[in-house]
Amino acid sequence: MNDPLIVDNLHKRYGDREVVAGISFTLAKGECFGLLGPNGAGKTTTLRCCLGLTAPDGGSITLVGEPVPERAREARMRVGVVPQFDNLDPDFSTTENLLVFGRYFGLDDATIRARIPRLLEFAGLTNKASAAMRTLSGGMKRRLTLARALINDPDVLLLDEPTTGLDPQARHLIWERLQGLLAEGKTILLTTHFMEEAERLCNRLAIMDEGRIISEGTPQALIAQHIPVSPSPLRPANLEDVFLKLTGHELRD
Amino acid sequence: MAATSYFAPPSLSMRATAVWRRNFMVWKKLAIPSILGNLADPMIYMFGLGYGLGGLLPAALPAFGGGSYISFLAAGTVCASTMNAASFEALYSAFARMHVQKSWEAIMNAPISLDDVVLGELLWAAGKATLSGVAILIVVAAMGLTHSPLALWAIPAIFLTGLAFAAPGLIVTALAPSYDFFMYYFTLFITPMTLLSGVFFPLEQLPAGIQAAAQVLPLTHAVALIRPLLFGRLPNAPLLHIAVLATITVVCYWIALGLTRRRLLS
Repeated sequence: MNDPLIVDNLHKRYGDREVVAGISFTLAKGECFGLLGPNGAGKTTTLRCCLGLTAPDGGSITLVGEPVPERAREARMRVGVVPQFDNLDPDFSTTENLLVFGRYFGLDDATIRARIPRLLEFAGLTNKASAAMRTLSGGMKRRLTLARALINDPDVLLLDEPTTGLDPQARHLIWERLQGLLAEGKTILLTTHFMEEAERLCNRLAIMDEGRIISEGTPQALIAQHIPVSPSPLRPANLEDVFLKLTGHELRD
Repeated sequence: MAATSYFAPPSLSMRATAVWRRNFMVWKKLAIPSILGNLADPMIYMFGLGYGLGGLLPAALPAFGGGSYISFLAAGTVCASTMNAASFEALYSAFARMHVQKSWEAIMNAPISLDDVVLGELLWAAGKATLSGVAILIVVAAMGLTHSPLALWAIPAIFLTGLAFAAPGLIVTALAPSYDFFMYYFTLFITPMTLLSGVFFPLEQLPAGIQAAAQVLPLTHAVALIRPLLFGRLPNAPLLHIAVLATITVVCYWIALGLTRRRLLS
């Protein structure tokens, strides 16, 4: 089985600014790979390149065996996406959002309608099946977006900061769902700046800053490598210590 | 990505129909108020000017195709209303979906290209404009202002008119920073065109120079195609008018797509 996502020496420039400056990483089937980095590190641009939504200036991408951007549309048939900002369709109910999104994959209505009850259950939205978008909380919308990303039963999920803006309860629920998806064998690429999220979910992660990957490995290996002695005697070293050590303390926005 | 590749030829597929269907599904929820709302404004103009102003004129004038002013105006209203409906849909509604709701971005996470999204929006705006134009056509026929079965040929002509206005509208949408921008398009382009294309009075009333300039306006060709059909006659040089409207559609769609690619896919 081929690796679901191979990114090799990816470059992306906006004018003179190199937003992605030659990054490479590979996702193995069934793993969760995290891209961590401060705002503006190039995480979202990397995801957009992987989906074929913007053309790279250099390097190559292979997603579910298809070269991107050349065959991005074919690749996206087998990929689910949770974007950073909510773009659920405000003109539709919960169920209609799933139905219409399934049609974008060329699925027939009978197939989609058969999948909807399970997805609503997965998202904890069974009793919100015909709710309007404006009546859903932030956490519900996030869960619906995740359910929407599963409508085509994808092999790979690309999640761009899936829990940003959620309260701890909503965040924990999303984590639990994502762990369930990993147990089912889905492959996940996740961007985040929650270190706890990365530590819980990711088998491996890469810390990005200024368009480059500055360190890569399992969460435990990164901690052991960069913070051999905890900065506080009251707790063990964690990923946040690694992150701040590698990317500095200045504000990034 | 270089400027040339944004304007690379469109790569189209049947997936555009999923975009069309999405918009249709929203429209269905409010179909009746939407049709009635689209009818009200042109009807007020048609009856107000048609009977008010037309009452001052002889019952039959050669300048009005040998009929009454209101039947002359009715045919113009069908065209102008189609133009307005296509423009509103391609400007305000498409902009809401592209920029405010980010619906296009959501769609592009599925296996649908921007080329298909913009094509779906083009066909949708033209389809909705056709409903507007045909609704007026039905009122006009019900009032006995058109009798000929040739008027049925106006329906594909109305659709083509819708396309020829939806496509330039999508260019403006691709360039718009906000809704306010659309006012320029209406005040500088749509409103003058309404007055210069033979909707309210025959083109021949205008000075020769302006008449010549009016030949490049899409609405002129829509009127030249549709009005004779409502009068029960075949249009003069129908292929020319069809070719102009079709060319505007294709060229403007291509430009709109290039500009939208630059806006969303950079």
